[in-house]
Amino acid sequence: MDYELSHLDALEAESIHIFREVAAEFERPCLLFSGGKDSVVMLHLALKAFAPCSLPFPVMHVDTGHNFEEVIEYRDRAVLKAGARLVIASVEESIRQGRSVDETGPRASRNRLQTVTLLDAIEEHRYDAVFGGGRRDEEKARAKERVYSFRDEFGQWDPKNQRPELWSLYNGRHKSGEHIRVFPLSNWTELDIWQYIAAENIDLPTIYYSHQREVFRRDGMLLSVSPFITLQEGEVPVEMTVRYRTVGDATCTGAVESTASTVEEVILEVAATRVTERGATRADDRASEAAMEDRKKEGYF
Amino acid sequence: MAELLRFATAGSVDDGKSTLIGRLLYDSKAIFEDQLEAVEATSRQRGDEYTDLALLTDGLRAEREQGITIDVAYRYFATPKRKFIIADTPGHIQYTRNMVTGCSTADLTLVLVDARHGLVEQSRRHAFLASLLRVPHLVLCVNKMDLVDYDQAVFDRICDEFRAFATKLDVTDLTFIPVSALKGDNVVNRSENMPWYEGSSLLHHLESVFIASDRNLIDARFPIQYVLRPMQAAHHDYRGYAGTVAGGVFKPGDDIVVLPSGFQSTIASIETADGPVTEAFPPMSVSIQLSDDLDVSRGDMICRPHNQPHVGQDVEAMVCWMNESASLQAGAKLGIKHTTRSARALVKELQYRLDVNTLHRENEINALALNEIGRVTLRTTVPLFFDDYRRNRETGSFILIDEATNATVGAGMILGPAQP
Repeated sequence: MDYELSHLDALEAESIHIFREVAAEFERPCLLFSGGKDSVVMLHLALKAFAPCSLPFPVMHVDTGHNFEEVIEYRDRAVLKAGARLVIASVEESIRQGRSVDETGPRASRNRLQTVTLLDAIEEHRYDAVFGGGRRDEEKARAKERVYSFRDEFGQWDPKNQRPELWSLYNGRHKSGEHIRVFPLSNWTELDIWQYIAAENIDLPTIYYSHQREVFRRDGMLLSVSPFITLQEGEVPVEMTVRYRTVGDATCTGAVESTASTVEEVILEVAATRVTERGATRADDRASEAAMEDRKKEGYF
Repeated sequence: MAELLRFATAGSVDDGKSTLIGRLLYDSKAIFEDQLEAVEATSRQRGDEYTDLALLTDGLRAEREQGITIDVAYRYFATPKRKFIIADTPGHIQYTRNMVTGCSTADLTLVLVDARHGLVEQSRRHAFLASLLRVPHLVLCVNKMDLVDYDQAVFDRICDEFRAFATKLDVTDLTFIPVSALKGDNVVNRSENMPWYEGSSLLHHLESVFIASDRNLIDARFPIQYVLRPMQAAHHDYRGYAGTVAGGVFKPGDDIVVLPSGFQSTIASIETADGPVTEAFPPMSVSIQLSDDLDVSRGDMICRPHNQPHVGQDVEAMVCWMNESASLQAGAKLGIKHTTRSARALVKELQYRLDVNTLHRENEINALALNEIGRVTLRTTVPLFFDDYRRNRETGSFILIDEATNATVGAGMILGPAQP
């Protein structure tokens, strides 16, 4: 026997180690869960880390109210199957309470509003560790983020003042009111995620696979026709065969033209693609070169 | 089966490190068009004459504005044979701290030398830190061979000089590769410009260097991370000790001893969520069930009765100090995290400071400043179960934590037990 692990086994072992470390050292962790593929893999890994026990923390969805129906359906099914407790933090509710104000105009999105809702929920539930599915290959500001990412009492990230992270010794110490964002998928790439989904036979929301959808073009992206978006002059809906590479707020998440209808076909597509998933499909990251960094400093996922 | 290889690179702006990484990423299709476009746009805006591939990794606004790298950046690429994680460490600011961080998890270190300049102080420093952190493989890339007419004599001279220096270090596997990152010689494919070089290209070396035996497979060490006790009727008597194997190979039926209690038992089964396994080895995350009902909790360690780690509160270690706001002095009390144990540590003595450029030891020092490395004697509030770092990087390493700010302020590599 040669004592080697495949790269997926090694990544899985690292992630499980992180989940267990957090459960052991923190009092009130929670797992962010949107129904997006990364959070689906996160939930899968968390269940594996604590089997045969049930999940020792709740899952939380920051709900913008602008959802893909298929994803919400999936979310409820997955949480039920996992036997987990679902906490919903609602952007709609934050707006109603006057904590945030909806953007106006044709490009209005609730992407940025999620931060207020997320930070309020963390405070309300006194979460001291919040698992997120962020990966370092996603975006260049994330490439510099720690697995344990310290947040001050305002939920802020200070990229220039991060704790060095050595070996597999994670420093989760914090004061009351501060918290740690934890990223167990830090070292995974989009391709790893898909290979793992295939290897573990993980069920995903159907919008990740090719389907017919009414879409229109805006800023080079294919946006879905939905009640949350007002069509502008010249924007003509057409029916196309598409799939989603990422799943976020329906107003800023674009589809890609694709006929990949199985996980194997998606892997081939991902392996051959020449554009990052965020570059292809996320209006929220296109605002400026530092769009992600700025949002992260404020406390975004 | 694709394996995972983690490697650290270090170098300054001029030695072509970014170009080399850029080429590895580009040729393995890990750079995407939108990333390249963004980098080209930023380079144009800054008025650079050429596209600065360093911008691919310099993700923070301050880095792009100042043209510097602040922090370790992690980059990913894969070939059909292996998946690679690059810890790209900057050459100047916070140099030692970043290099130590990047090397702590690396299987291999890539040290770059400019063929025109040969070994410089920084190359020696890179190599020394890689050996201090016990990175098992070191590759010296002699870059910019195109600028010395691909001259074998230049390459040989640099190799000889480095070999002589390396005898002072603990480097077990040393490889020399002449490359031109800019022209692509010996990066992905063997170069036709250097027929005298008979070794592998850099990528081929990264794909094939043998790493499976780098981890300690002899001394069985299992620090308990978390106790799994399902409160369910179906698993009434289940008690699994979850953790990551830090050394050796565990099998069901093995006699074991639990530290610190010294209770002995045998392994009833080794579980994963996918079912039981017949062997567990590093870095597998598993859960171990014992035949006897013992009082075992996080921070304890399972090992074999006839192969136990050191148990003690007095430790000799090399420490890299990483605190910007205060130096390390004898008498300091700090938090310490070692495997899954957290405790407090008293710095009893500072023995010497190591000059990372000359390897000279300075005795009779009062303090270790930011980015300095020295030998210290520690006493901890509870016993640690440790091995020498050179024998096991997992059970031989620790971090030091400032108890007021909670910042990670030191990285430690254990040399052995100290006299109490």
